[in-house]
Amino acid sequence: MAARTISFTLNGEPVSAEIAPHHTILEVIRNEFALYGARESCGQGLCGCCTVIVNGTAVSGCLYLAAFADGAAVTTVESLDASGALDPVQEAFIEQGAFQCGFCTPGFILMTKQLLDRHPDPDDDTIKHWLSGNLCRCAAYPEIIQAVKSAARKRAAARS
Amino acid sequence: MATTTMPGGKAGSQIGRSLPRLEGREKVSGRAEYTHNLRLPGMLHGKIFRSTVAHGRIKSIDTSAAKKIPGVFRVITIDDIKTVIPHPYYGPAFHDQPILADEKVRFVGEPVAVVLATDPHVAEQAVQAITAEYEELPAVYDEIEAMTSKVYVHDELKPAGTFADLKHLTGRKQTNVALDFKLRKGDVEKGFAEAAHVFEHTFRTQKVLHLAFEPFVSIGDAKRDAVTIYTASQGPSFVRTEIARLLGLPENRVRIRVAYLGGGYGSKLYIKLEALVAALSLLARRPVKVSLTMEECFYQITKHPCTFKIKSGVDRDGKIIARKCEVFWNGGAYADVGPRVTQKSGFTASGPYDIEHVHVDSYALYTNLTPAGALRGFGIPQLVWSYESHTDMIARALKMDPVEFRRKNILKAGAKQATGTPVNDAPLEAILERIASRLNWGKPYDHGSGAVKRGRGLAIAIKAVISPTTSVAVLNMTADGSPILYCGTVDMGQGSDTAMAQIVGEVLNLPAESVRVVPRDTDVTPYDMGTLGSRSLFHMGHAVRIAAEEVKAKIAALARELGEPEGSNVPVGELFKKKYGMQAGNIVGSGTYKPDYIPPQPGTGMTTNVAPFWMTAGAGAEVEVDTETGKVTCTRLINVVDCGKPVNPKIVETQISGATLMQFGFTMFEKMHIDGGQVTNASLADYKIPGILDVPAVMENEAIDSIQSNGPFGAKGVGETATFCCGPAIANAIEDACGVRITELPLNAETVFRAIRAQQNNPLGDE
Repeated sequence: MAARTISFTLNGEPVSAEIAPHHTILEVIRNEFALYGARESCGQGLCGCCTVIVNGTAVSGCLYLAAFADGAAVTTVESLDASGALDPVQEAFIEQGAFQCGFCTPGFILMTKQLLDRHPDPDDDTIKHWLSGNLCRCAAYPEIIQAVKSAARKRAAARS
Repeated sequence: MATTTMPGGKAGSQIGRSLPRLEGREKVSGRAEYTHNLRLPGMLHGKIFRSTVAHGRIKSIDTSAAKKIPGVFRVITIDDIKTVIPHPYYGPAFHDQPILADEKVRFVGEPVAVVLATDPHVAEQAVQAITAEYEELPAVYDEIEAMTSKVYVHDELKPAGTFADLKHLTGRKQTNVALDFKLRKGDVEKGFAEAAHVFEHTFRTQKVLHLAFEPFVSIGDAKRDAVTIYTASQGPSFVRTEIARLLGLPENRVRIRVAYLGGGYGSKLYIKLEALVAALSLLARRPVKVSLTMEECFYQITKHPCTFKIKSGVDRDGKIIARKCEVFWNGGAYADVGPRVTQKSGFTASGPYDIEHVHVDSYALYTNLTPAGALRGFGIPQLVWSYESHTDMIARALKMDPVEFRRKNILKAGAKQATGTPVNDAPLEAILERIASRLNWGKPYDHGSGAVKRGRGLAIAIKAVISPTTSVAVLNMTADGSPILYCGTVDMGQGSDTAMAQIVGEVLNLPAESVRVVPRDTDVTPYDMGTLGSRSLFHMGHAVRIAAEEVKAKIAALARELGEPEGSNVPVGELFKKKYGMQAGNIVGSGTYKPDYIPPQPGTGMTTNVAPFWMTAGAGAEVEVDTETGKVTCTRLINVVDCGKPVNPKIVETQISGATLMQFGFTMFEKMHIDGGQVTNASLADYKIPGILDVPAVMENEAIDSIQSNGPFGAKGVGETATFCCGPAIANAIEDACGVRITELPLNAETVFRAIRAQQNNPLGDE
């Protein structure tokens, strides 16, 4: 299978990688760039464990072909604490105990950020709607909802 | 539950502190270590070719086309495995499972061959090029059929010898019964003869699976006379023992390393892919990683489907005087830990009730399905589903209030449970009253009008923690006085690292955050029986406590030796400096804990000490049933459980909530559909698990005020407790709402609608 080179920005840095047509963006960021926060679980784009942000939108990294990321801006959970400080969403997840095993957590956190960017003060239904594409087998859902609300308050406080 | 977060970093009073998980930052930043992420230099990927028939003799395996695919390193079958492991059979209870199929296949999905390649895609593609021919044999799938079937899954029983109570089964032939556990108290037939009423019902549970989001993964790295296995395992000590046995090595040549687990729930217990990767690495002389897809997880291990025939004799006053329990466990093609589930759950099959005559027969059965093991409750949720549905059916038939009927029959403190062991530190009555009170039981209840009916129900349960088991811990004070804890309990999300650090902190008067808990590595972390059955906080908690107390005593001795006044509380690092003239030295303490235990008498199951502690739980549910569609909405789900004194109230609450939501999936919709032994919904697209929209509108999670008097700081485990009662509480609520009784899980709309139509004498057709 013909290899080709793609160039994209990864967490703000310009990078390039040699890929095969069947490689997903998930494989590329894990195998070429050692970013392991996104991980494959169901392999069908249903659980949200592989969530990455491409050009500002959350996608299932296990289904998103790397070739389509050529020229794109790709962001992963590892970007959130690049400054050394945790993102308010990450802080809220810790404080509210919104995970157990943690395998799905980066996906929930990235999706929560997308939610709060569009709905700074979401109600329960909005939270559930936005997070219905992320699954947590430990079922920390009640705590996740609390964490989203707590993160919204943190972000509001930071703005004011 | 009141969850009080105390100021972080405060020394002392570490027990009862809602400390956020120590590994929280690693997990939210995506940097926590999982075996899933691990790559070793020179590593090959192994992909598995699996059986397409449920039972058959292998006539041939053709790997020639696969071998020709560029990039394929090697294709492995059982003949290759036998060159490095002459007797390649493994398992915790029975040595019945071959590393790859050996002459026969016994379930659809059984591993038959493995392709090794540097590129996992190449290995996957090459698997498609393998073909196998089988002489198909008749298969048996149902646990009741397996009792009398002439189709035998195995020619002969091969108990492993690990568990003393299975040795008597050695050499049994022409049977699918891997274990028959018997409990006999009183004379059940006499009890039935004396009873005013006799009730007999049969309940079933379906095949479901753990579906941990980190799929099964192991990496073998075998060198000459030594092997390291990196694995997502709940029991590194057992893996070491079993790999050492298979390879003929002493245990100190086998090293098992375990990172955090992306979920376990019982699936990653004992031995799964570890023997395979050890053999593959020995053959390839390179590290080999086998990482399953989600689909393949449906062919690794599942929960036991179960049929429970229960019969009760009740006297004129509503007192249960006799109960006969026949429980049939569908263990699948290999025993895994099924015989232990069969026996250990059998102790409490008659429920949390004080019954004069009890007769339990609990059978572990081989069938031609994916093997079954422990899933968050070790069989108890299947039993409670049955006996608590049965309890309500009896109460209803006797026109007794279900709470009043339970009050009359409940095991009171100090009473003897069916095994003859007294029930202490098991606040069943308080739990029942708390659930009833939360449900406003006894007050008028609006059952709804029109098509949507409302109802409420409850259930209570008891479990004997599995026993006897051993835990060992080591605590090391480093030269600057910072403590390192070595313990083999695997943190798979239950928060054990945090809880163990809190115990160390409590003993040494240190903030729990200052304790480093070493990731599991059998070269350094001492023996632990396994992270299972809610045993860790009690058993490992004691071992950690003892180790910390030894350290505390040694610190005090060092201070005395150095002339410090009693109680001077000089930091350990300064004591070391004074002693050694520089930052140097260690203080090491160790702790071993194994509780007292009296084995049950063979044939009767009687013992005065069946377990070091009881786990008790109750649930209440309110539902709305749409009688035109059968759709059930659980509007309120209450769990009240006993975990002694919560070490970390916030984590306990999350455990209660998470456990019951997992069981909620098993109760309402999860089911593996199986056709001719083939799972037809082996993916997350077709096998639905609870999502955020499925959470009941109101959830109440309570750890009842309680102390486990022989527990570490009054505590005991809670990982499974809230799984016990969810199912029957909801089924009882459904009957309260619309008058139909469902006896088989799950309680999906079709099942409920069929029952409603049958009740209306207008049953639906089959399709």
